[in-house]
Amino acid sequence: MSELTNKEIDKKGCCDIIEINGLNKWYGDFHALKSIDLKVKEGEIIVVCGPSGSGKSTLIRCVNFLEKFQEGSIIVDGTELTDDVKKIRQIRSEVSMVFQHFNLFPHLNIIDNLTLAPIWVHNKTKQKAREKALQLLDRVGIKDQANKYPNQLSGGQQQRVAIARALCTSPKIMLFDEPTSALDPEMISEVLDVMVDLAKEGITMVCVTHEMGFAKKVADRIIFMDEGQIVEENDSDAFFDNPESDRLRLFLDQILSQ
Amino acid sequence: MAIYPLKETKSPPQSQIKAVVWLKENLFSSALNIALTFVALYLIYLLLPPILNWTIFNANFDLAADNQSCGREGACWAFINSNLKMFIYGFYPQEELWRVNTMFGIIVALVVFGSLIKESQYRAHYIIGSFLIYPVIAFFLLHGGLGLEVVETDKWGGLTLTVVVAAVGIVASFPLGILFALGRQSEMRIVKFISVIYIEFVRGVPLITILFMASVVLPLFFSAGMDFDKLLRALIGITLFQTAYIAEVIRGGLQAIPKGQYEAADASGLSFMQKTVLIILPQALKISIPNIVGSFIALFKDTTLVLIIGLFDMLAIVGAATSNSSWLGREAEGYVFVAMVIWVILYSMSRYSKKLETRFSTEHK
Ligand SMILES: Nc1ncnc2c1ncn2[C@@H]1O[C@H](COP(=O)(O)OP(=O)(O)OP(=O)(O)O)[C@@H](O)[C@H]1O
Ligand SMILES: [Mg+2]
Repeated sequence: MSELTNKEIDKKGCCDIIEINGLNKWYGDFHALKSIDLKVKEGEIIVVCGPSGSGKSTLIRCVNFLEKFQEGSIIVDGTELTDDVKKIRQIRSEVSMVFQHFNLFPHLNIIDNLTLAPIWVHNKTKQKAREKALQLLDRVGIKDQANKYPNQLSGGQQQRVAIARALCTSPKIMLFDEPTSALDPEMISEVLDVMVDLAKEGITMVCVTHEMGFAKKVADRIIFMDEGQIVEENDSDAFFDNPESDRLRLFLDQILSQ
Repeated sequence: MAIYPLKETKSPPQSQIKAVVWLKENLFSSALNIALTFVALYLIYLLLPPILNWTIFNANFDLAADNQSCGREGACWAFINSNLKMFIYGFYPQEELWRVNTMFGIIVALVVFGSLIKESQYRAHYIIGSFLIYPVIAFFLLHGGLGLEVVETDKWGGLTLTVVVAAVGIVASFPLGILFALGRQSEMRIVKFISVIYIEFVRGVPLITILFMASVVLPLFFSAGMDFDKLLRALIGITLFQTAYIAEVIRGGLQAIPKGQYEAADASGLSFMQKTVLIILPQALKISIPNIVGSFIALFKDTTLVLIIGLFDMLAIVGAATSNSSWLGREAEGYVFVAMVIWVILYSMSRYSKKLETRFSTEHK
């Protein structure tokens, strides 16, 4: 598939990199995910939205096994997720995650935050990891902060560092869990800009967000979840113009009227 | 539209003299406070003169004096002077004292060198290396062997013994405490169960009991012919004791680490060991520093209990020195001296921990 030169073909034509079949998840007695089926193609940009508590985070956290699930299967890049620690680590080394609250390591400076996984998980040399880290920091526009500590940066800067950290291991898939919802309004766009850039590069992205402008601009498909299930899924134009279910219509009314 | 000119910066009004303000706020702020202040002043008036008289004004500072010529109305500091060696070295043979001095000398050198290479990238290696190698060297110097004359542990005593017991207790209990703290958090039932039982059992028992058990019960597990060193027994008991406390302190630190840190570490594919050593422990230990040091200070004080199972730490030396017929009845001088020495050591420890704390909190939170 890497021979494919045209990204458009790549997106539409090729193989599923994430395959979720009949996924069910319970927290105790609470049925958090109900028979989820979802296939994501290589290079696809998926946006997941839905009301609070609908299971969006739970769903994407199952993909890198931060959450265990009881029924169904998830296959990531040909490897099926099981309890096998080795397989889990292998998948995690190909899947990066960006969190709502950044979760940078506060005891390490920015550059060490970025080089940690490349050095310890991907066996890169310090030198190589550092070069790549600086390159990525440059790309997200904060190269000059490399030696600071996370708590010395603004929220927007921290989230950009977190994105750079996620990219440092050259992942095939990026998961975002509401990356902008903990940010002050004036910092949201600096993070979204970085994500739009990323989307253009053909990396597979699954992004939980309520930023509908962003979704319209970059998403190949948008998924609407409510009460633990996928209620509606469509390409981004149809999603906004012709919502079919009442629940989605209500949700869009609420979120777009803000 | 209105435009306002920039205002000048002024210093705050200084209507009262600082000392007066301080007195008012701290000593005379309420009726109860005023009463307490006067009670405290009265107590000082009662206690201070006799203390000063005994330690200084009526004391005999003639270091060559003996018990008779010293007199009884004040302290006789010649007692400390003539027993100083015993206070520091216990009954360690005269001609081998250089070994103890070398041991203390090396530790000072290690610390000084360590503070010189603060910026070096090898600092961590240096510190860990020192912790691994120094105990071996120290044991070799104190105990002997390999050409050095062997000095049995029943000759060790005084400040040397106090420091040895405290240092071994601290250094050995630290890694063990980390293990038990992690064990108590473990998802493996058995590991968690054993850790909880151990920690709760030890914390429910006074150190004296553990020392007695170590000195009486431990030998029962070994064949009768085998001589099981008395000091070693005490060290094992103290380490077991301290481990439980350190484990609890570190567990507190572990609990303060947000869930997001574990998740970020997991999500980047780190193994359990890597996550624990690189992400979780550094943060947990940093938070726990004040409590760890507090626990070490408590241990240092507790080491005086080893006199109960027949070891001659600094406190026990007072008894030994005053039972010598030429210094009968000079316990007070001895205890005051020992208290001073221990206070100086503990106060430095606590100052040092304050320094560490502020350094970490200004560097990064
Ligand atoms: N650890 C947990 N234990 C029990 N219930 C949980 C747990 N985590 C989530 N839940 C429940 O599962 C449901 C889905 O949670 P999830 O975090 O996936 O929602 P979400 O769609 O991401 O919502 P939000 O937009 O608020 O982040 C919620 O009802 C939540 O209360
Ligand atoms: Mg969520």
